[in-house]
Amino acid sequence: MPKVKFDILESTCVPLPFENVDTDQIIPARFLSATSREGFGDNLFRDWRYSKSGEKNSDFVLNNPKFNGKVLVTGKNFGSGSSREHAVWAIFDYGFRAVISSFFADIFMNNSLNNGLLPIVIPEDLLKKLHNLIQNDPGTKVKIDLSQQTFSILPTGDNFRFAINPYKKECLLKGLDDIDFLLSMKNQISDYENNKRMVR
Amino acid sequence: MEAKTLFDKIWDGHVVRSIQDGPDVLYIDRQYIHEVTSPQAFTGLKQRGIPVFRPGNTLATADHNIPTKDQHLQIRDELSRNQVEKLAENCRTHGIEFFGLNHSKNGIVHVIGPELGYTLPGMTIVCGDSHTSTHGAFGTIAFGIGTSEVEMVLATQCILQPKPKKMRISVNGQLQKGVTSKDIIMYIISEISTGGGTGYFLEYCGLAITSLSMEARMTICNMSIEMGARGGLIAPDETTFGYLRKLPVIPGVKDFDKSLAEWKKLKSDEGSVFDKELVFNAADIKPMITYGTNPGMGMAVDATIPESDVKGGAASASYIKSLDYMGFKPGIKLLGHPIDYVFIGSCTNGRIEDFRAFANIIKGKKKAANVTALIVPGSKLVEEQMNREGLIQIYKDAGFEVRQPGCSSCLAMNEDKIPVGKYAVSTSNRNFEGRQGPGARTLLASPLTAAAAAITGKISDPREFLNN
Repeated sequence: MPKVKFDILESTCVPLPFENVDTDQIIPARFLSATSREGFGDNLFRDWRYSKSGEKNSDFVLNNPKFNGKVLVTGKNFGSGSSREHAVWAIFDYGFRAVISSFFADIFMNNSLNNGLLPIVIPEDLLKKLHNLIQNDPGTKVKIDLSQQTFSILPTGDNFRFAINPYKKECLLKGLDDIDFLLSMKNQISDYENNKRMVR
Repeated sequence: MEAKTLFDKIWDGHVVRSIQDGPDVLYIDRQYIHEVTSPQAFTGLKQRGIPVFRPGNTLATADHNIPTKDQHLQIRDELSRNQVEKLAENCRTHGIEFFGLNHSKNGIVHVIGPELGYTLPGMTIVCGDSHTSTHGAFGTIAFGIGTSEVEMVLATQCILQPKPKKMRISVNGQLQKGVTSKDIIMYIISEISTGGGTGYFLEYCGLAITSLSMEARMTICNMSIEMGARGGLIAPDETTFGYLRKLPVIPGVKDFDKSLAEWKKLKSDEGSVFDKELVFNAADIKPMITYGTNPGMGMAVDATIPESDVKGGAASASYIKSLDYMGFKPGIKLLGHPIDYVFIGSCTNGRIEDFRAFANIIKGKKKAANVTALIVPGSKLVEEQMNREGLIQIYKDAGFEVRQPGCSSCLAMNEDKIPVGKYAVSTSNRNFEGRQGPGARTLLASPLTAAAAAITGKISDPREFLNN
């Protein structure tokens, strides 16, 4: 897969203040028949974004010209349900580079980190505050600095140090790939297999 | 020696290397693959110019994107057909065993793995499918992964994974009549919510769990993901060993007794410590049903829909949106509510016991006229056994048609969709908006509750319809 780097991002936000948004909402199963990784952004949040007859649903945030940006601000337990990585491909393909929530489903979190989409966990009260700020002023900008692990709300000066696994942070900053890393340890993996066979 | 949990024993025994401040390099004994989440992984290998590292540790099936009628004909939808053909081609190229459509061992990945003896105690198992947690019923560390990770395991037989925390869930006492393992797991999820297990790997124990058959245990472990947990396991015991002993072949096991001696060591030590402990009483559990759009929104089938999702406070926007989608109001009872569809099948409830339970209630009765039923065995072997046991005839006599194996109406990706606005009592695992078709309204339940709905045409208490 393409190696994506992440360092500093300053952007306005798109708010999606619902809880437990599952990956079936992010990309419905009927769009999973493709055999490539490209083009899923067109169907991101398909059934919320479009009516049954295919017209844009003006109530939905992605169709509201007031809101745009590279940061998707969600509600707690975002990305639950199906393990489909297509959900992350759709979010990334649409143009988002970071997702904010008070907590993410585990598989979604791994999938995001493997595709250069940065999932940032912030406290529930800060998340609520951010949603209020965005609703009042869609121009509200946030700044994400991965090397410093800081998430800042620019107009208010709120500054939060977010957690990220140091290995994953390094991978994102340098655009490194897990598979290259594992391929470099093939001898060690074969040794493990041989030892295990001897034990059995 | 330090007391260890079963999870720790299996995990630690599979660590090839620990990265400082990073994830572990975990060796994977078995990877299952299917048509939907694997094509991009094979493309990745091709782009890197590398082979599958251990093709013998991988097993493939086609299940998600296939029809459950006329499987002998070509798949009608071009994209679906292409995806299934792509899997066949990838398996041929890389020498991977493939139980495709019309193969006598075809079926849902989490049904065939165990019934064909590929899932064994103490293993690490992954699949690009969140319900991989099913295999935990055999005392394995089994979890769902994304496609990048599928590629990782194909390329190296290892996965980079942070070690989750551990939670023990005990269900003590005995179940009441008419209450199944599906009700146990739906009850637990309704108690701790759809995110209550996030960050954890679960171990289930207690009399209500250890009294269950392997099929029923798989239903429990299957839905671990629906509370956000990476997976859930049950220590192998005589029930597990009895199930394995009856299998005609166990690929990879030459000396059963030697393996058995190893499997018997697989349990949490006395005094081992979990990060979190939950205890439930089986006597508190009734037949369950969901009323909302995530599996945490469940209640006893005879209960009323809660006024709010916030204790003592006003309902959240998500809660109101969810009930609105379902066409329900807070404070109403669901008993007696008319329904349109019934689905029995899926990796949650598509095994022989599930079809026996359903048959117990419909035997000698007739399907309600207003109900369309999708009866879908989890595999060819399940279908065969249904036939041998005379179940297919019982279904026919009651006015039900039995379809061919597949994931079917659990996820709206194949032809088996629930139409917009229709109510479906479903034995599957997810009641998300649109999960069974755009606008479809899913009510998750056990096979018994689904059967009661199928013959009455409305939401009914299965305890009133048990034959024996």
